[in-house]
Amino acid sequence: MRRNLVVVGHGPAAHRLTELLVERGAGWAITVLGEEPRPAYDRVALTSYLTGTGADELTYPVPEGVELLLGDPVTEIGRAARTVTTRGGRTLPYDALVLATGSSPFVPPVPGAEHAFVYRTLDDLDAIRAASAGARTGVVVGGGLLGLEAADALRSLGLETHIVEVAPWLMPRQVDEGGGAVLRRHVEGLGLTVHTGVPLAAVEPGRVTLADGTAIDAGVVVFSAGVRPRDELARAAGLDVGERGGIVVDAGMRTSDPAIYAIGECALAGGTVYGLVAPCFAMAEVAADRLCGGTAEFAGADLSTRLKLLGVDVAQFGAASGPLDVTFMDPVGGVYKRLFVSDDAQTLLGGILVGDAGPYSALRPFVGRPLAGTPTELLFGGTAALGGDLPDDAQVCSCNNVTAGRVREAIAGEGLTDVPGIKACTRAGATCGSCVPMLKRLLASSGVALGKAMCEHFDHSRAELFDIIRVRGIRTFSELISAHGRGRGCDVCKPAVASILASLGAGHILDGEQAALQDTNDHFLANIQRNGTYSIVPRIPGGEITPEKLIVIGEVARDFGLYTKITGGQRIDLFGARVEQLPVIWKRLVDAGFESGHAYGKALRTVKSCVGSTWCRYGVQDSVGLAIALELRYRGLRAPHKLKSAVSGCARECAEARGKDFGIIATEGGWNLYVGGNGGFQPRHADLLAADLRMDELIRAIDRFLMFYIRTADRLQRTSAWLESLDGGLGYLREVIIDDSLGIGADLDAAMERHVGSYQDEWAATLADPDKLRRFVSFVNAPGTPDPTIAFETERDQIKPVLITEIGARGGLEVTRA
Amino acid sequence: MTTGRPDVLEPGAVETARGWVPVCDYAALTPERGACVLVGPHQVALFRTFDGRVRAIGQLDPFSGAYVLSRGIVGSRGDRATVASPMHKQVFDLETGACLDDPRVRVPVYDARVRDGRVEVRVP
Repeated sequence: MRRNLVVVGHGPAAHRLTELLVERGAGWAITVLGEEPRPAYDRVALTSYLTGTGADELTYPVPEGVELLLGDPVTEIGRAARTVTTRGGRTLPYDALVLATGSSPFVPPVPGAEHAFVYRTLDDLDAIRAASAGARTGVVVGGGLLGLEAADALRSLGLETHIVEVAPWLMPRQVDEGGGAVLRRHVEGLGLTVHTGVPLAAVEPGRVTLADGTAIDAGVVVFSAGVRPRDELARAAGLDVGERGGIVVDAGMRTSDPAIYAIGECALAGGTVYGLVAPCFAMAEVAADRLCGGTAEFAGADLSTRLKLLGVDVAQFGAASGPLDVTFMDPVGGVYKRLFVSDDAQTLLGGILVGDAGPYSALRPFVGRPLAGTPTELLFGGTAALGGDLPDDAQVCSCNNVTAGRVREAIAGEGLTDVPGIKACTRAGATCGSCVPMLKRLLASSGVALGKAMCEHFDHSRAELFDIIRVRGIRTFSELISAHGRGRGCDVCKPAVASILASLGAGHILDGEQAALQDTNDHFLANIQRNGTYSIVPRIPGGEITPEKLIVIGEVARDFGLYTKITGGQRIDLFGARVEQLPVIWKRLVDAGFESGHAYGKALRTVKSCVGSTWCRYGVQDSVGLAIALELRYRGLRAPHKLKSAVSGCARECAEARGKDFGIIATEGGWNLYVGGNGGFQPRHADLLAADLRMDELIRAIDRFLMFYIRTADRLQRTSAWLESLDGGLGYLREVIIDDSLGIGADLDAAMERHVGSYQDEWAATLADPDKLRRFVSFVNAPGTPDPTIAFETERDQIKPVLITEIGARGGLEVTRA
Repeated sequence: MTTGRPDVLEPGAVETARGWVPVCDYAALTPERGACVLVGPHQVALFRTFDGRVRAIGQLDPFSGAYVLSRGIVGSRGDRATVASPMHKQVFDLETGACLDDPRVRVPVYDARVRDGRVEVRVP
């Protein structure tokens, strides 16, 4: 008979526990009782909820077979009878009980505290958002990790934001005074006001008062000054709790009652209550193992953190002090780095990094180990060789507790050759991604040649070929392959080079030798379908079309007997045209004012839009107008892969912009730009690159994003995969695009201006050139003859291809199968 | 009989001596690209390769069942001249018709030659 496991609380730790138990098929009937009305969600990403991430996206999927009872908190544990009772009157028996009740925000005992909000749940965020609507200023009480998160949130809601911290500097738990000073300058540079070394005295509606008498106007007050473990159930049930709170557990996560475990922020393990997600996951893993009969132990956790708060890199690892230290401080550049080493200067003990956390992933695994270089070398990037030397037991990924040895084992055992493979196999790098550079070094040191060669004809990656062609001014494939490659090319390198040449403005894609490089879609400026016919997609910018043009499309489709279908990109696809029909059809379309939609190219496809503020009562901006402007600006732009975009006129996001390569969502203050989204095989929500942009800022950011992608991505790498593979990820991209850290901004801007200035409609140009039109025949020796193997039948009043294999079966195939 | 235009041969037109059928001007073929001709009931894919030669294979892509091979990208694999199917990219040897990605599959190969600026094909 299956034993009953009851889990109290449904946060990240409880979710991890159930996920593991289901994975291991441990034979427990699992019931989870949650206090909140929704299943567990990612609290680390809480702030993104205010900038448009939906609650659904943050929510973890509930593992199959787990019974979830939400909105009905447990009020009592009956240890003798082994039952729990809920507020709603349910009584559930258990064989084992896991307490994962989490923590509650600490509310300072000051007068008027009831006027303040806390920052913990999605409901809290909804309340803060609602209150911010009519407010001008906000005050966050608490200048730690969570406090800065909350301050970022208020800022993103458009409030003039103050931070009040009782300690003498910000993030006192992670950084020292010097780091705090650098951090403060960053935060103040963003327009926030910081008050340190002074406690809060009182809260009144619209105002807070500090102990030194300072009064601050505050429409919204948020307490974010630490958390307290939720141990009240355990306490009432007579379980041991710590003096300062927390349910006492042993190394197997067992409380003073052997049938009851506690994990996550409510547990006091080895005398410590942990508030970071990684140790909480580690506790869930230990408890899961124990529930499966294992003997895993929780040996404390590495509290190293690396995060980006308010755009500032902050990292801390290992010890926060030591006998010797090496400190670097650059107040102008806003960088502070400090390493702690043993008194013989041989062993790394810990470090603090503010403003540039680059060395973090290379240094953290070396805590407690001999230094592989002088501290100065280590601080300034002399860490390239470290990955290879890393001992097998050194932890590489702290989020998922993966060691260098495990990664090496997976590389060798599974034959892994890239970072996505390691992520899938070991989970290393799958959470925060800060260890990705280390994973690459481990791959390289394991003898995996990080294959960059595009194909047998070139040893270069696409990005390298792009630079060669751009810098040397190469204009033809022949020139390129004779100087930098070998053989005659193939279906991999030829279209890739054709795309590079087109991105660099080499004229019409069917001009001269270029024509021979194009795959069949680009060669016929249409999309090949399974029976060898083609489909046609005229551009309908932003999905806006007049009745007259709709009628033209309908007439053309009717006259040529084409199958019509509305696409996902808000345009109309016409199927079933033979090659010799394409110019005739396009003549009609071009005469009616249509132009190529580039559905056949690795190029900008559509910029989809919702109807926006012109008609929609919720819209805050003219999304259709922007979508049309963007589609006309970037039409014809050739890229490593297709590019899709969308514009939504408000946060309801009806245009699904976050599923696009670049998506724009209107805000009261301008436009938010999201990048790297994708639907398709591996869906990915786009990341917020920049918020509240003016129109000119938005266009410049998109120009640079697209050109940077075009120059540096691999062949057929969508922006989503490209962004995932960028060293430094979104932060790095933001530096390049917004802060112009590489100094290439003007160059990228100029490249886009050249594209915009030289755009021509490929179909109009083709129709005007008899030489280009010559190719549009089924048979060069019988130009008027249609391919006799193409046949259609009717389905739902439209044509449908009769598959040629069926004809072949009747007529005899010219196939030899040995 | 050939029609009024010398480079056009109607399907089923009379063959020249020993089965060679003139199909088009050599100049009508784009270097390193294919074109399709109809010889009787047969669809033949012609390719003008980098060395100036003309090679001919069947137009039918046996993987997709569509008559499209002439529309693929011409290139090389090792020292073999190749075309990749435009449908699913399987690569065929233009000399032997063998599919280099699937040894069980082979497409027919036809003789082709250039005479006085005209391309001639011989279909058995």
